[in-house]
Amino acid sequence: MLKMQHLSKVYRTHMVETHALRDFSIHVREGEFVAVTGPSGSGKTTFLNIAGLLEEFTSGEFWLDGVDVRGLGDDARSKLRNEKIGFIFQGFNLIPDLNLFDNVDVPLRYRGFNAGERKKRIEDSLMRVGLSSRMKHYPSELSGGQQQRVAIARALAGSPRLLMADEPTGNLDSLMARGVMELLEEINRQGTTIIMVTHDPELAARAQRNVHVMDGQVTDFDAEPKLRVNTRDSDAEAAMA
Amino acid sequence: MFSYYLQLGLRSLRRNPILTALMVFGIALGIAASMTTLTVMHLMGSDPIPWKSDKLHIVNMDNWGPDNAFNDDGSPPDQVTYRDAVALMRAGKADKQAAMFNLALPIQPENQEVKPYLSLVRTTFSDFFGMFDPPFKYGSPWTKAEDDAHARVVVLSKAGNEKLFGGADSTGKTVRMDDIDYKVIGVLDDWPLRILFYDISGRGSFETPEDYFIPFTTGIDLKKRPSGNNSCWKDSGPGWEAYLDSECVWIKFWVQLDSPAHLADYKSFVDAYVNEQKKSGRFQRPLNNRLFDVNQWMVEQKVVSSDVKVQSGLGFAFLIVCLVNTIGLLLAKFTRKAGEIGLRRALGASQRQIFAQFLTESSVVGLAGGVLGLLLTGLGLLVVRALYTNFKSVAQLDWQMVALTVILAIVSAIVAGFYPTWRACQVAPAAQLKTQ
Repeated sequence: MLKMQHLSKVYRTHMVETHALRDFSIHVREGEFVAVTGPSGSGKTTFLNIAGLLEEFTSGEFWLDGVDVRGLGDDARSKLRNEKIGFIFQGFNLIPDLNLFDNVDVPLRYRGFNAGERKKRIEDSLMRVGLSSRMKHYPSELSGGQQQRVAIARALAGSPRLLMADEPTGNLDSLMARGVMELLEEINRQGTTIIMVTHDPELAARAQRNVHVMDGQVTDFDAEPKLRVNTRDSDAEAAMA
Repeated sequence: MFSYYLQLGLRSLRRNPILTALMVFGIALGIAASMTTLTVMHLMGSDPIPWKSDKLHIVNMDNWGPDNAFNDDGSPPDQVTYRDAVALMRAGKADKQAAMFNLALPIQPENQEVKPYLSLVRTTFSDFFGMFDPPFKYGSPWTKAEDDAHARVVVLSKAGNEKLFGGADSTGKTVRMDDIDYKVIGVLDDWPLRILFYDISGRGSFETPEDYFIPFTTGIDLKKRPSGNNSCWKDSGPGWEAYLDSECVWIKFWVQLDSPAHLADYKSFVDAYVNEQKKSGRFQRPLNNRLFDVNQWMVEQKVVSSDVKVQSGLGFAFLIVCLVNTIGLLLAKFTRKAGEIGLRRALGASQRQIFAQFLTESSVVGLAGGVLGLLLTGLGLLVVRALYTNFKSVAQLDWQMVALTVILAIVSAIVAGFYPTWRACQVAPAAQLKTQ
């Protein structure tokens, strides 16, 4: 699903050169739920941004769902991001002016779906996160947990192959966090690959595999991932066995 | 996607009504200032008779004295002597020709309730109507035969007919001017002549046509000095006949030449005429005859003054100031949206799509500014008309100017929106998503 080899990311100013990632290699297979952990400043968010095609990398190789992303232009990267990746952020990042329906609609607009298709996908994904009755509500009318569910619905609406979650429960209390985590696990069970950046060891423990990033490098690389039981994926079941 | 961008733009503008109002008003004010001055300049310089302006020509001949030129720049007088006017009319070499001058005559209405008043009366030839195409409401122009017969006939303007006969069909009735009765032979309809091109130096560019027209020959019979420019380089001597025979110039001479060949022929004819006159001691200066068509004549007579051009320039300078202000406001607005831009980028929007979205929002501001600017331009022209009554005919919006106003407003807003939009596109999505 996602493969990086000897990847590096250097931030340069005229004074300083900062190596955010160095010789970074990771292989996330389809259907995995990977937690990326590490202390602040270790490079895990940089990894997530590069993996989510939000940032360019300096050198190395990167394949996303079989596509070599090196040298892709902005349009191609945006299209790939829109079709393959769903994002969930710590701060939910909903647009306050738009109601839930229109918030979930945003990635679908850029995908170019027609109105009927968009409506169906929005309704389905909001139903999936249990908010189908609140489509006309605005983000400010919801609790933090509900807002994160909307963000998850938005990420799911375009049927992405990969979900990127950056501290998805960081702004939630433990009860809400548990609910969101259960939802992510459910989504993963249904076949979506998830990469989650987190500080929280408890959350990390619930992922199938942990990748620990330290000083821009992977220090704990689990080469033989164990896949969660996937009812639709016999290979995954085999892997579990 | 355009409708989506439009929807987002409108929503965004509604969210900050005060900021939006400031931007719209800023553009509207700049547009109004520039368009008001531009409209006046455009109409001042625009062709008043486009269907035949290239065919109508004024004849200038240099009969001035040997010692000094008529104008410092060496150009000949814009009027001709009576002798030359009559000679050119008799020769009849143009497709149409009309000598003309104005008289100030007392009008004595039959209706006792209307007091006598002094009015300008244009004396000219029957071709005048065929050359300048004033529309007739009632009756028709007089004929060549009536020119030759010194007929006492009059053509009234619509306003003149309104004043004397309440707007009714007055053909066949009588108008008394300076104790002489003239038979009404025709009544003009509205004649919206924006520039009084046939008598710029005598009456002024922006005056309305006269209310009374009588045959030139009849006017001469009255033996009255013209009410208009009269220039002499030597004393004309005593008496009316001496005046007619003098070198004083007081008659405008217009011809219609229907093809370039006719124009060339006519120029040769005028040159030949002057050379012939030189033999009898007239036209002592070097040959200096000129024929100007209507548009050339307007440029020659500086209908669009340099003041008006400066005002237009200042109007556009003001528009630039307003645009810089709008750039600042849009920059502030779009900078505040960095988070949303980052999010949209993460959700799959390309830089190009973000650019289109924000440029659409700028265009909406421009369109609103244009519509408001149009209203303010209308108001500005109303003020110009109130302050300068002689600009009445040129301080009006035509459809070209309305279209130009709206286009200018949108282009201005897009130009103003370009830099802030470009800046918005440079937002690094990753940084914004983390900081939200």
